[in-house]
Amino acid sequence: MTRELTLSKAVNEAIAEEMRRDPTVFVIGEDVAEAGTPFKVLAGLVDEFGTERVIDTPISEPGFTGLAVGAAMTGSRPIVDLMFGDFLFLVMDQLCNQAAKIHYMSGGTMTVPMVLRTNLGATRRSAAQHSQSLHALVAHIPGLKVAMPSSAYEAKGLLKTAIRDDNPVVIFEDKLMYQDKAPVPEEEYLIPFGQANVLREGRDITLVATSSMVQVCSKAAETLAAEGISAEVIDPRTIVPLDEATIVASVRKTSRALVVDEGHQSYGVTAEIAARIAERAFYHLDAPVGRIGAMDVPVPFSPALEDLTVPTPDAVADRARALCKGGWADAA
Amino acid sequence: MARATAKTNTEDYIRMYTQMVRIRAFEDNANQLYLAAKMPGLTHMYSGQEAVAVGICEALEDDDRITSTHRGHGHCVAKGAEFKQMFCELLGKAEGYCRGKGGSMHIADTSHGNLGANAIVGGSMGIATGAALSAKLQKTGRIAVCFFGDGATAQGLWYEVMNMAALWKLPVIYACENNGYSEYTRTDEIAAGSITARAEAFGIESFEVDGQDVLAVNELARGLVERCRKGEGPFFVNLATYRYHGHHVGDINRDYYRSKDEESEWKQHRDPITNFGKWLEAQNIASAEELVGINDAVRREAEAAVAHAEAAAYPDVSEVDMHVHAGIPHALSA
Ligand SMILES: Cc1ncc(C[n+]2csc(CCOP(=O)(O)OP(=O)(O)O)c2C)c(N)n1
Ligand SMILES: [Mg+2]
Repeated sequence: MTRELTLSKAVNEAIAEEMRRDPTVFVIGEDVAEAGTPFKVLAGLVDEFGTERVIDTPISEPGFTGLAVGAAMTGSRPIVDLMFGDFLFLVMDQLCNQAAKIHYMSGGTMTVPMVLRTNLGATRRSAAQHSQSLHALVAHIPGLKVAMPSSAYEAKGLLKTAIRDDNPVVIFEDKLMYQDKAPVPEEEYLIPFGQANVLREGRDITLVATSSMVQVCSKAAETLAAEGISAEVIDPRTIVPLDEATIVASVRKTSRALVVDEGHQSYGVTAEIAARIAERAFYHLDAPVGRIGAMDVPVPFSPALEDLTVPTPDAVADRARALCKGGWADAA
Repeated sequence: MARATAKTNTEDYIRMYTQMVRIRAFEDNANQLYLAAKMPGLTHMYSGQEAVAVGICEALEDDDRITSTHRGHGHCVAKGAEFKQMFCELLGKAEGYCRGKGGSMHIADTSHGNLGANAIVGGSMGIATGAALSAKLQKTGRIAVCFFGDGATAQGLWYEVMNMAALWKLPVIYACENNGYSEYTRTDEIAAGSITARAEAFGIESFEVDGQDVLAVNELARGLVERCRKGEGPFFVNLATYRYHGHHVGDINRDYYRSKDEESEWKQHRDPITNFGKWLEAQNIASAEELVGINDAVRREAEAAVAHAEAAAYPDVSEVDMHVHAGIPHALSA
């Protein structure tokens, strides 16, 4: 049986199911209990699991992230709720110097099975400190896994896998998608890490899209289809581990690729994926690998400016069209 | 705005009253803009806390520095900002203090020493302390006031900078606007021990004051500002106050964390503007009619500023990559 669930509800269900299954799982973060977070994603969890497993914290992000690391090293499976992805900058030491490296530094003797749930996404008019998409930052650090759900279905399946993973996993939800609905099975399911999802098959160009950009690229693919350009849309689901094989096989088939991601374009996810495509599918390419990230500026508040900074279906279609018609010169 | 003389007078009182009324009027209009879906994003109302910002900022010189918070409109007005540029900023217009790039949570008005609101709770604690360090190094005689909420005292940064401020006797005043809540949680549920004692543990002279009493706040602040200038800082002030609205404008159903009775108790008996107005009348400093006159004038000022901001232009699209780096006009076409 399948019903429609919001992404928010899907996350809530994933956590509830895992907390029922495993008594060592707990949630920790600001206003997670009674308030159920500002986005209301965790609403009701405290009623079932109590304040010992749904723990409200002071506004001490490095502190409660550190607690989660220690708890994870000693038999618990904490889920850290980091209210905005932008607050990653506060917790970087605990996450990247501690959690990410402990398994390696200890020669495999210790593990840190924790999940840090946070979000990404601009155009909410929340300005430069509440709108960033910072997944590339953590993907850069060996030892962390990074999941990027693109729908309610994906969010539930990936989060359940994250909770059962023995590594620190950072999962980025698109905060603009919390109320978006998608079909979600009632039966239990997990989505394995490192297996991309081919949402749409195509012949002429491969669009690789993460998280929020999956919808954007799907829309672009529709537009392109009407013009006779057949685009394949791939959602890697996790950027660490990355399903390079599926992406490379697709590009070898289509001979063109455009990578789209909401992180800043420079030194980011689009660069990484484009580089891997160039390394492994170069001789199959009919055009340079294209990429579109968020504009390399802090996210501006004014709607007149903010909307210019994120990739849109039109921008993706334009670039894809140009790539299909012949090379970078036209595409640029 | 503020002056150096220690003695208050009628003009000072009237200005303090007016500034508080201006903050309230600003927020009422901002709220209306939000409700009418004319304001992008959301905002945190300062209403109820006016005596804190005004009492302190009236003790400062124009070029003393402050740092502000997500609930920052009050500090901005109290430090001397104009309504027009503020409303323009709230609406993302080019005439705003930050050319529409910052919005409600990032208004900065450097023309009056306001180094900016901040969307990171506790994020300005280093900045304020750094402003005090540079005042000391450059011997400017200026001081810095760091406004932050009770919830922000949970941030470790505060303890790091207090330690340094105390070690180096920096001219900074840490002003904790203790409105009892951090978002949807009572702060006493998430703060162990005494917040004031935490500052005292660093050897920082600390004070607790009724943040609804603008005269008490102002008197305390004047003394501390003067002592700060003489190198006797830093100081900590814990100001008991209350926010009238929800945590942010959309936070309407809040019975689950805060009772209506509690809200009306503060609004009816502890309103900083009403109470100060009564005092002004009782002292024969201003008549009821004069106060009404002030209120009306402020209302008209606010309405005109809103109308101006609504009609104002958005920044040109070419501004999107301006101001990324100082000295580079356009970051992406360089
Ligand atoms: C580092 C950080 N964590 C969390 C938040 C979300 N947040 C915004 S305001 C707020 C509560 C702040 O409480 P307090 O400092 O008492 O200020 P008040 O809102 O009461 O004025 C929280 C948790 C944030 N903006 N920044
Ligand atoms: Mg507070």
